[in-house]
Amino acid sequence: MLQQEIEISELRLITDLIKQKYDYDFGNYAMSSFKRRVARVLELYKMDGVSTLIRRLDIDAKFFKEFLAEITVNVTEMFRDPTFWVELKTHIIPHIRQNNEKFSIWHAGCSSGEEVYSMAILLEEMGILDNVKIVATDIDHVILDKAKEARYHIKNMEVNKKNYTTFGGIYNLENYYREESGKAVMDQNLVRNVEFREQNLVTGSAFSKFDLILCRNVMIYFNQTLQNQVLKLFHESLHKYAYLAIGSKESLIWCELANKFIVVNNEEKIYKKIRD
Amino acid sequence: MNISLTKSKYNLNNQYKAIVIGGSAGSFQVISKILQNLPEDFQVPIIMCLHRLKDVRNGFVEALNIKSAKLIEEPEDKEQIRKGKIYLAPANYHLGVELGNTFTLSTEGMFNNSRPAIDITFMTAAYVFRNKLIGILLSGANKDGALGMKRIAEKGGLTIIQEPSECLIDTMPTSALKETAIDYTLTTDEILDFLNQLHYHYV
Repeated sequence: MLQQEIEISELRLITDLIKQKYDYDFGNYAMSSFKRRVARVLELYKMDGVSTLIRRLDIDAKFFKEFLAEITVNVTEMFRDPTFWVELKTHIIPHIRQNNEKFSIWHAGCSSGEEVYSMAILLEEMGILDNVKIVATDIDHVILDKAKEARYHIKNMEVNKKNYTTFGGIYNLENYYREESGKAVMDQNLVRNVEFREQNLVTGSAFSKFDLILCRNVMIYFNQTLQNQVLKLFHESLHKYAYLAIGSKESLIWCELANKFIVVNNEEKIYKKIRD
Repeated sequence: MNISLTKSKYNLNNQYKAIVIGGSAGSFQVISKILQNLPEDFQVPIIMCLHRLKDVRNGFVEALNIKSAKLIEEPEDKEQIRKGKIYLAPANYHLGVELGNTFTLSTEGMFNNSRPAIDITFMTAAYVFRNKLIGILLSGANKDGALGMKRIAEKGGLTIIQEPSECLIDTMPTSALKETAIDYTLTTDEILDFLNQLHYHYV
């Protein structure tokens, strides 16, 4: 999948066509990872080059949906970076609760839902799940359906269980799922207050205000221009003094609106909006 | 160390802009020794992609820093690559180089059973630095880095592998040899000598 070298001009042809035909804008995706994703699609569908891909995208709307699912990165874990979840539990969420008994959380780019279930488990174990309104969004409705279903490969549960233990969960992770033909089926009761909805961070606008936004390892696939734009969207979607969490190796400091946030925890990359 | 500027056995006349180093099983001692003996004012940025535990975020860079002559940092996404710096791919992320000489991180699936994968660091660096790149591949038990070395060679960059007989596990350098012609096959001491000559050549 890494063998094919694709030119930037070819990537432009792809993003231009998709924008014009399907109204998705990948023009400001980070180049090197987008290139790898396209190369992966070429290999997966045994296409001999970008021109074949473009022809297919042009005539086959159903194929575009498959393309969308392949181009977006959907590698995630439950309780990824356990220390981050400890920080949420011990500092961030208690802090939010000081001012609001009921509050809201947005998982932006929720992928297959692992972090949504992690959050639900964390809140359930704090005894406050019913006080929290959660919205989970993704650009790709196929992966969103997977998030709703929450049937994960048993082999993926090993790392999830390990993370949960490191996080310091009260029970065993097994308490929250049942095994069914090689899959871990998550307890649907956990997502009773979760609204899953399709939303495109690139073209979408603010739809509500939140006390905490999680967008971890999503903006790394965007270039600086797009990161600026998405941070603007998050800024609009946060109450004043609300929190934004990004991936542990991401940073807001290169963004235009960086001065409207302060770092609350630099190790876990948790920020607080301090200016409207 | 005997350094001769006029009679260097290496081709150093290329104004190299970056060095990428890949390593896996058996490479930690080698890397430690290199970092320990590197001149403090070494200028060419070094980008290291070493296989490491996915779920251990802290400790590795600290362990390397204990003996290193220069500070080693794990870069953040979009960070600018700077002269005189040494970088290490963070745990559970792929580390790439983007046009404009910035770092780009990714959580894509594993390549060659690895995240970070050496192939990704090497290939993206080759794309950006073209023939101004030096790739060094050390001891390791899988074939990660072989395609990356091939890409560096195709772009006209310089390729170096650790002498296989010196490697704890030589699968990685020998896989690279099968994939592409390699400019220099060097022992740890010779790699150090090479880096020192490069340093004095550029000062």
